[in-house]
Amino acid sequence: MPSAARPVAAWSLRLGGIAALVAAPLFLDQFLREMVTEVLIFGIFAMSLDLLIGYTGLVSFGHAMFFGLGAYATVLVAARLGFSPWLGILLGPVLAGAVAAAVGYFCVRASGIAFLMLTMAFSQLLYSVALKWRSVTGGSDGIGGLVRPRLAGLSFDDPLVMYYFVLPIFLAVTWGLFRLVASPLGHVFIGIRENEGRMRAIGFATGPYKLIAFVIAGCVAGLAGGLYGFYSGFVSADLLYWTSSGDVLIMTVLGGPGTLVGPVVGAAVYLFAKSMIGSFTQHWLLAVGVIFVCCVLFFNRGIYGTARALWRGSA
Amino acid sequence: MSGAGLEFLVTQLLNGLVYAMLLFLISAGLSLIFGLMKVVNLAHGSFYMLGAFFGLTLIRVTGSFWLAAAVAPVLAAAVGAILEASILRRVYRRGPLDQVLLTFGFTLIFYDLVKWIWGGDIQQMPTPPALVGTVAILGTTFPAYRLLLIVLGFVLAALMWLLLERTRYGALIRAGVDDSVTAAGLGLNVNRLFTAIFALGVGIAALGGVVAGPVMGLSPTMGSEILIVGFIVVVCGGMGSLAGAFASSLLIGEADTFGKAYLPDAAMFVIYLVMIIVLVMRPSGLLGRRQNA
Repeated sequence: MPSAARPVAAWSLRLGGIAALVAAPLFLDQFLREMVTEVLIFGIFAMSLDLLIGYTGLVSFGHAMFFGLGAYATVLVAARLGFSPWLGILLGPVLAGAVAAAVGYFCVRASGIAFLMLTMAFSQLLYSVALKWRSVTGGSDGIGGLVRPRLAGLSFDDPLVMYYFVLPIFLAVTWGLFRLVASPLGHVFIGIRENEGRMRAIGFATGPYKLIAFVIAGCVAGLAGGLYGFYSGFVSADLLYWTSSGDVLIMTVLGGPGTLVGPVVGAAVYLFAKSMIGSFTQHWLLAVGVIFVCCVLFFNRGIYGTARALWRGSA
Repeated sequence: MSGAGLEFLVTQLLNGLVYAMLLFLISAGLSLIFGLMKVVNLAHGSFYMLGAFFGLTLIRVTGSFWLAAAVAPVLAAAVGAILEASILRRVYRRGPLDQVLLTFGFTLIFYDLVKWIWGGDIQQMPTPPALVGTVAILGTTFPAYRLLLIVLGFVLAALMWLLLERTRYGALIRAGVDDSVTAAGLGLNVNRLFTAIFALGVGIAALGGVVAGPVMGLSPTMGSEILIVGFIVVVCGGMGSLAGAFASSLLIGEADTFGKAYLPDAAMFVIYLVMIIVLVMRPSGLLGRRQNA
């Protein structure tokens, strides 16, 4: 392919992808509409983790804490306090961002393994609070009872309405994150991933930049969590457990970190595989474990990363 | 303080020691494996669990707790050695992310296998008949089996210290921890050393799983639960330091036990609080060396 044709090809792929997402539910049944909505929500969640792992080089193993906070914000505000769930969805990212700022203040002092362990410990701290503080969080039984409001005569109990509510948010977040990683700030993040010591040497105080990445990722994860709380109408402490952070890590790595699109692909593959494998065997985790181990060993760049490398290689 | 209050205090202190020794059995291997191979082994809790369930089956088959406690760790260590030599070794040259992901994949596989083979319910392991009673100690009575756990922990800690500091193997391990590339250049068979240490760490964790059985019960989630606390111990103690792991086990074990006794509502909270305080004051842990990462 001549190089001048490349941007055209890339743009037609992007527009085709958006068109496919817009048109998709018209060809799907109710169950699949819900599935795809879930994929979009977890796609936002996985993209936020990709900003940390794939772009800033910070491997967080506690990212579920921000997702869980967002989900709790929405369900608590709506079901317990009686306010509109819209307020909860707005509150989620703010709350998650504030906690990310506090937690990040300690975590970004460390890097590599220590960072990973600190994020994991902080998310477990939050999990233990959610587990014990039953009067507010419902512990492991969780809380439900979120009543979805009607908007202009449309009921959000209809999977189609829910899908077209989540889709623009998903597209806006995707666009925003792509702009971010292409901006000067994004290039500082990538510089930290490539060589933090060198970034410091040329005059960047890397700590505050890592904190900024951590807070942005926390906000976006909080938004995803808020949407999830609104979508499922139920939240429990399990959302905050460290294996939930592992799940989103699997999505991100399975799809291909450092690509933003990859983690969404990873979320889709993970959720569909879970549903399919789960329907004919109880041993879903065994299957996912084996697939995942093979993926780490042999497809280091993830599904999307590998596909993109092949496409570019042939182009 | 009244006599009853003092007795309660001593009992809690001893309970804290029991928990601390179980934590040490987990964190000693975690810390050694990290120190030598720079691998964060998320599957370490799985080997603890595997040891416990191997032990359960061995007790049911042979009827002997002591035989189970001796054989189960060896079996788990063999599984660990095979995994290390066949799979884990391939990712040492890659970043920490791949190792974490790989061992996380192992935890999913082990969790599901254990649930498949032994079922998902909580199971009890019988206390060895010789140690069912209680012993009078420090003005209180304490279960004999738990007392044995405390002794076992201290003995193992002493043995590991001797191994590391007073033997030729220990010198090799310490050389590998300091600089595995140079050690390899000087003729040390690093691959074999890595497998041996991995198996040793896994075996100790598995022993922890067996001996914890009569106290804590067995379930497929026991591994992921203890793993997190084990990590807190290792991070607080200083990654790669055995003495740090021991000191930190005592700190976290006692903090958790007293937290549960006096602040039952904030029980799990206490250990995370301790960790945060330790890390804010000493970012590289109690006895850790500064990381020049």
